[in-house]
Amino acid sequence: MSVWIIAEHKAGIITDGTLEAISAGRLISALTGGKLSAAILGNNLDALADMLSGTGINDIYLLDSPLLSQYTSDAYIAGIEPLIKLHKPFLILMPSTCLGRDLAPKLAARLKTAYLSDVNSIEMTGSEIFFSRPVYGSRLVSTLTCSGERPWIVTIRPRAFEKTEAAQKKAKTENQPVHISPSSLRTVIKGFEQTQKGAGLTEADIIISGGRGMKDAENFKMLGRLAKILGGVVGASGAAVDAGWMPHSAQVGQTGKVVSPKLYIACGISGAPQHLAGMSTSKCIVAINKDPDAPIFKIADYGIVGDLFEVVPMLIEQLKK
Amino acid sequence: MNILALIKQVPDTSISLKINAGGADIEYRDILWVINPYDEYAVEEALHIKERHGGSVTVVSMGPDRTADIIRSSLAMGADEGVHVKDAIFNGSDAYSTALILSKAAALLGFDIILCGKQAVDDGWGQVGPALAEILNIPSVSSILKLEISEDKKIAAATREVDEGLEMVEVSLPALFTVQQGINKPRYASLPGIMKAKKKEIRILDAGALGISPNEIGREASRVELRKLSYPPERKKGKILQGDSKTATGELVNLLRNEAKVI
Repeated sequence: MSVWIIAEHKAGIITDGTLEAISAGRLISALTGGKLSAAILGNNLDALADMLSGTGINDIYLLDSPLLSQYTSDAYIAGIEPLIKLHKPFLILMPSTCLGRDLAPKLAARLKTAYLSDVNSIEMTGSEIFFSRPVYGSRLVSTLTCSGERPWIVTIRPRAFEKTEAAQKKAKTENQPVHISPSSLRTVIKGFEQTQKGAGLTEADIIISGGRGMKDAENFKMLGRLAKILGGVVGASGAAVDAGWMPHSAQVGQTGKVVSPKLYIACGISGAPQHLAGMSTSKCIVAINKDPDAPIFKIADYGIVGDLFEVVPMLIEQLKK
Repeated sequence: MNILALIKQVPDTSISLKINAGGADIEYRDILWVINPYDEYAVEEALHIKERHGGSVTVVSMGPDRTADIIRSSLAMGADEGVHVKDAIFNGSDAYSTALILSKAAALLGFDIILCGKQAVDDGWGQVGPALAEILNIPSVSSILKLEISEDKKIAAATREVDEGLEMVEVSLPALFTVQQGINKPRYASLPGIMKAKKKEIRILDAGALGISPNEIGREASRVELRKLSYPPERKKGKILQGDSKTATGELVNLLRNEAKVI
């Protein structure tokens, strides 16, 4: 009954999403009494193994190969499939990121086993594990069970679980042989362009978003200044993206990014259902809007009815104090 | 170029939804059904490729009778053929079985490129595209924002969204691509397009035509079971901060620091 984590790492660091998936894994292991293992795929993994060692994991399997230095689903599946067949975990967890949402469904299809994406809560009743995930743009929550052949493969929604706490026990680390034929890799990576520094919207602690009320692209610089002071990132509503003020990658909503930060500040956003679907699970929501009847105020913890071009600069001043 | 665009019909994202009496599904009365927005980008991209490289665009959708509406609206946009994958025994299929059914349809229709949305906005599962590629044993690229086909029509260069930016990849065709918002702006159907689409026959493929055995699909074969739908917990009532901008923002900073403790 072992639970496995497929660890994600970026620039030599285990991602927060992975540490959150480990939390989910520890929860299930505690309920089922099974072992918790992690697999790290990549090249030169010793430092990463050290980072994972004190996080409550029993065994770490390292799949170390130059062919795994960049993610491709072909290389990852070729690397991990034999290991899964050997150890037969009953559940595999990974973060619900671009990588996880590409790898997990392909791996589940290869193994012909159950796949659930974007799970944000896990409970056990009797011997059954109930997985919950948002549906219909977070307007409803569905609770599901899995059956059939194992391992079931589940991606964990960013920020749904706290990052795992340090554990006393160190993990046992094993290097695994990797047999990947270079000719089996059908995707060739030609380049990468970084469009945002550090964590993206989905992993950000603090998001400052602007909507139609921002009036033009230039005004988003003001939100950038507020974001800088708070250590956050700037997002946008669908209306602001459609107007061409912000790129699609910044869109928060049902189509766009679904986010759940500690603090979400909505500036000049009325709160269309499409937008609320993308941010209503944020821990604390602040709304700044001149229309007192804007639906965004219905879900805001704190609201300021006023002109954002007066309120936001004043807020920046207050925060500098 | 034989291009398949896979589309799904979903409830309109702007209307409210109710849970039905059974508690494990939504109330289907009064729902406005639309094409999944991500799939609409896939149809547009398919038409775009055809315009540059020639070939034909076939839209394929699996679902009940009402699904014909989105097939017809895609035909009105300019797709050449519409295929409706439909059979009562398909009901309750999980995403893998859906991909399996669609793989039989794709094999029957033939393809160089398969396009579909990166996920559907109803269940947000995001499995059918990648699983279909796996079943067909073709490469797939997820969440693409740009697609270019080589002159000899053998290689596709795609730009895909990854967590911190964009990744440029190349694959040999045939291949499957899931499409992210921002790749294009779907065209409106023209009036002649709508008239033409009305007269077009939609080809129906059922389990018999696809050679699917009932034990691989449907509710019985499903690896996941939806046990319950619920409403998310309601947020507690918030505070509107009074006074001029200076007073209100001062109070906001105080509350964020000392009450919510988020900064």
